[in-house]
Amino acid sequence: MAKMNYKKRFSDLEKRMVTSPDGEEFEVDPMKDYFSDARPKVHPPSKITPLENFMNWCRAESIYILGFGTGCGAIEMRPLMSPMYDAFRFGIHWRPTPRQSTVFVIGGYASVKTIKRIVRSYEQMQGPKWVIGLCSCTINGGMYWDSYNTVNRLDHYIPVDVYITGCMPRPEALLDGFTVLKKRIKEGRGEGSNEYAENFDWYKANQKKIIKSWDMPDYNW
Amino acid sequence: MERIIENIKKQFPLQDVNSDHGWFITCEKKDVISLLTHLKITGGFTHLILITAVDWIEEDRFQLTYLLNNPQLKIRLGLRTFIERSVWPDESEMQSAHHLWPAVKTYQRELHEMFGIDFPGSPEVNDPLILEYWDDIPPYRRDFDTKKYSEETYFPREGRGSNDPAEYMKSQLYPNEGGKSQDFPQEISKKSSGEKNA
Repeated sequence: MAKMNYKKRFSDLEKRMVTSPDGEEFEVDPMKDYFSDARPKVHPPSKITPLENFMNWCRAESIYILGFGTGCGAIEMRPLMSPMYDAFRFGIHWRPTPRQSTVFVIGGYASVKTIKRIVRSYEQMQGPKWVIGLCSCTINGGMYWDSYNTVNRLDHYIPVDVYITGCMPRPEALLDGFTVLKKRIKEGRGEGSNEYAENFDWYKANQKKIIKSWDMPDYNW
Repeated sequence: MERIIENIKKQFPLQDVNSDHGWFITCEKKDVISLLTHLKITGGFTHLILITAVDWIEEDRFQLTYLLNNPQLKIRLGLRTFIERSVWPDESEMQSAHHLWPAVKTYQRELHEMFGIDFPGSPEVNDPLILEYWDDIPPYRRDFDTKKYSEETYFPREGRGSNDPAEYMKSQLYPNEGGKSQDFPQEISKKSSGEKNA
C-alpha cells in the first residue's frame, strides 16, 4: 500500500508526452531537468609535482565546511565559530550550500533517512572534496550500534578522510581533526572524490541496499 | 479526581481504575472514542498529551494509552484500552480519533509505522513518518530482533567488544579478590536465612 502511495506522489516526475498550446507534441522528462545521470569522473593529480603541491597547500589552507547537523556532535561545531576557539584563524569557513564547500562534516549518527540526504549532498559537492566523521557513531554506530535504523559504518556509503572519536568530542578535538585533515591534503592523500568515482558501483550497491525509497538517478550534481 | 471518575463510571462501563502512578482508567475498545469525546467536551480534558502503545506479546494484545490533561483543574488522566494483537503482516485495527484533536493523526501515523496498528480513515496514516518504506516487521513490536537486523543490514565494524557490567566492575574495583567480592553478600544472606529457618 505504501509503495502505491509513493508512486502516486511522484507521478509528476515521470516521463510523459505533453501537448503544447500550439498542438505540438513533445516528450518531457522532469528528472533530466534537475539531475544528470552521468557517472563521476576520476581527476588524476597534476603531473607537475610543485604545481600539485602548491594546489594542495591552497586547498588545505582554505577549508570551506558544509555541516550536516543531524546528530548530537553537531553542537560541538558551533563553538568553533566563537572567539574562544576561533577556527577562522586556521582558514576554516562555514558555507551554506554543498556547491560552495569542500569539507563535509557529518555531525554524528546517520539514520537511513539521513544517509539518503548525506549521499545527495555529497554528490552535489564539487571535487576535490573531503569528509570528516564526527563522534563514534560514524565509526561503528556508537551507542546506536544495534539500532534498526542507524548506519554503523559511514565509510561504506561515502569515502571518509578523518574520523574524530569521542561521544561527543570537544571542540579542541575537532580543531585537531582539521589539522590532521590539512596535513593529509598537503601530503596529497586526500583523494576521496577519486576513490568514490573509482569504486562507484560498490558505493551505490551499499547505498541501494538500505535506502528503500530510491527516487534519485544514479548520479546527480 | 475521585468525583470525576465516579461521574465517568455512571455513564461508561470501566474495567479498571488505577491510581498508583497517576490516574489511569481502562475501558473496552468500543467505548474509547465516545469516552474521549465525553472527556474532551464535558470533562474539560481539552489537551491531548500523547497516544502510545505497549506490546504485551505474552498476552497477545496491544495496550493503547491516551494521556489527557485538564488545564483548568491541572489534572491528568490516562485512558487505557486493550486491542487484539495480530501477527505480521496482518495489522491490528483501532478506531481513529483524528476528529477530536489535529495532533492525533501524527500519533496514529507513528503507531501504524512502528507497531503496525491501523487506524482506518485517519488522514495520511499510510505515509511514511520516520522509516521510509519499511518492509520488515514493524520495529517496535517485540518479535522484531533489532540486533540481528542491524548486523545483517548495516555492515558492523569488527573489533567491537562488550563486557558484562557486573563482571567488569568487579575486575576493576577488586582485582585481587577474584570471584570472592561478589560471593560475599550472598553468603551473608544464605547464613541469615538459614538461621531463621533453624
